Amino acid sequence: MRLSIRFVSAALAGLLLAGPALADTTLLNVSYDPTRELYQDYNTAFAKYWKAKTGETVKVNQSHGGSGAQARSVIDGSPADVVTLGLAYDVDAISEKAGLIPADWANRLPYASTPYTSTIVFLVRKGNPKHVKDWDDLIKPGVSVITPNPKTSGGARWNYLAAYGYALNKYNKDEGKAKDFLISLFKNVPVLDSGARGATTTFVQRGLGDVLLAWENEAILAVNELGKDQFEIVVPSLSILAEPPVSVVDKNVDKHGTRVVAEEYLKYLYSPEGQEIAARNHYRPRDIDVAKKHASEFPAVSLFTIQALGGWQTAQKTHFADGGLFDSVIGAAKQ
Amino acid sequence: MSAAKSRVIPGFAPTLGVTILYLSLVVLVPLSALFLKTAGMGWDDFVTAAFSPRVMAAYRLSFGGALAAGVINLFAGLLVAWVLVRYDFPGRKILDALVDLPFALPTAVAGIALTTIYGPKGIIGEPLLKLGIKVAYTPLGVLVAMTFIGLPFVVRTVQPVLQDLEAEHEEAATSLGATRIQIFLRVIIPAILPALLTGFALAFSRAVGEYGSVIFIAGNMPGLSEIAPLLIVTKLEQYDYRGATAIATVMLSASFLLLLTINSLQKWRRKRFAGE
Repeated sequence: MRLSIRFVSAALAGLLLAGPALADTTLLNVSYDPTRELYQDYNTAFAKYWKAKTGETVKVNQSHGGSGAQARSVIDGSPADVVTLGLAYDVDAISEKAGLIPADWANRLPYASTPYTSTIVFLVRKGNPKHVKDWDDLIKPGVSVITPNPKTSGGARWNYLAAYGYALNKYNKDEGKAKDFLISLFKNVPVLDSGARGATTTFVQRGLGDVLLAWENEAILAVNELGKDQFEIVVPSLSILAEPPVSVVDKNVDKHGTRVVAEEYLKYLYSPEGQEIAARNHYRPRDIDVAKKHASEFPAVSLFTIQALGGWQTAQKTHFADGGLFDSVIGAAKQ
Repeated sequence: MSAAKSRVIPGFAPTLGVTILYLSLVVLVPLSALFLKTAGMGWDDFVTAAFSPRVMAAYRLSFGGALAAGVINLFAGLLVAWVLVRYDFPGRKILDALVDLPFALPTAVAGIALTTIYGPKGIIGEPLLKLGIKVAYTPLGVLVAMTFIGLPFVVRTVQPVLQDLEAEHEEAATSLGATRIQIFLRVIIPAILPALLTGFALAFSRAVGEYGSVIFIAGNMPGLSEIAPLLIVTKLEQYDYRGATAIATVMLSASFLLLLTINSLQKWRRKRFAGE
């Protein structure tokens, strides 16, 4: 008995000593669904870069899920060193609800801590049989539009706000007319999936709908994976600049002693190599040179930012809170 | 010799202690956290969060759908159990194993599979659509998913009881001149009724709380095809933890009352049955 205890403790000590030799540092990157491939590539590149720079080995673990659900897991104690989420509202929530991140987190990195961007585009069936060219075509009778529920899906909030911003622009900021536009749009929405991937499945596998509103990176991925002979992408005249934010989780990195490497992990996203990886994974790069190189993949489109709609906190309150504009839009659309 | 000493496995006190500790950790503590969180909100907030028209519509769909699915499974499950117990035919073992699949399948897979089959282009959905029946993305779709996940509960609770039911009872009834219908209604049904009710209760409660398999086929239109668990997720997505727990509390209380009713029904039934 005593012998076995001694053996076990020796083995444990051995494990503990052997641990650091395997990996000097481990980071946990809590991200949202569509960045899985992006960060797989990026983590390998960053580990190489960090090894060359400091001689240390770093291993980055990833966690993916809906942006809101991921933010909640961090609030509830997931030991994330960095978060790379779908919208700033979710990082704000981590800051507000759990105090793990200072309120001015967005000012710490360039472009309000959003190293890559995307936009909302239309995915249509091959040949574009319903001749969908712009947002106005989506409210025509007989056109069926697939978009997930903005109350449960971060991605869908971008879709909804892109449509709203377009309508505001079209009707000279007349909010009543913009609301009517949204009502006509949601009259054409037959299903509200709870998440973006569910909506893609509905459109692609179920064959439901003429148009799928999607993030550009998801749309490109869908076309590449499922066949260029089945779908094509339509870029509207005006859309929203979707800016997925990144942040170090301060309280956690201080506890883990990983602040230096975690900050560098996010900074390196802005480097030419980081930007190149983002572009390869169909996110629009911030770096002008990298953007030029990939110009053919990302067609020019007029973009407005969430700031034009008052920022995420305002947008969330006005549109997506219970009793907000989306509730009354969907109520009117379903009558 | 006292009764306690004659028990096969000794140790009433430690086993009860472990039982209570285990139940507390696994069931009671999480549930009381739920109630505590809800208790933190004012009555008015609670009513707005838990009883708004949209939430009421979702309760109706969740509880109504679960009840209907439970009733369907009550009959279908009894039939399946009957066939599996009373008849021997090639492939019976395979059929028997099939019954458990809804248990084992990850719920999201079940949901996606059902939506594919019952969707507007699915092998069942398309012919039904031609007849003017829309299944996927309607409350009917919700019912299909709830029925699917509930079936094994009824079959698996009724099956062993049917197996133990000795043929002598039926033979005796026959020799006393009972008709087939009389035997079924007055001999077999009373014996399996408690198991049937248990199966029904299990299938019902599973369907009320079901999220994964229902969410894909439901369509999730507010007030129309939106289940109550989806509203909980919706509230969580807005970081409205209290609103979410308010709905959860109502669902839990309603389910608890219903299960309690079913249990007391069974008790009453057993007493009557034993008294005859």
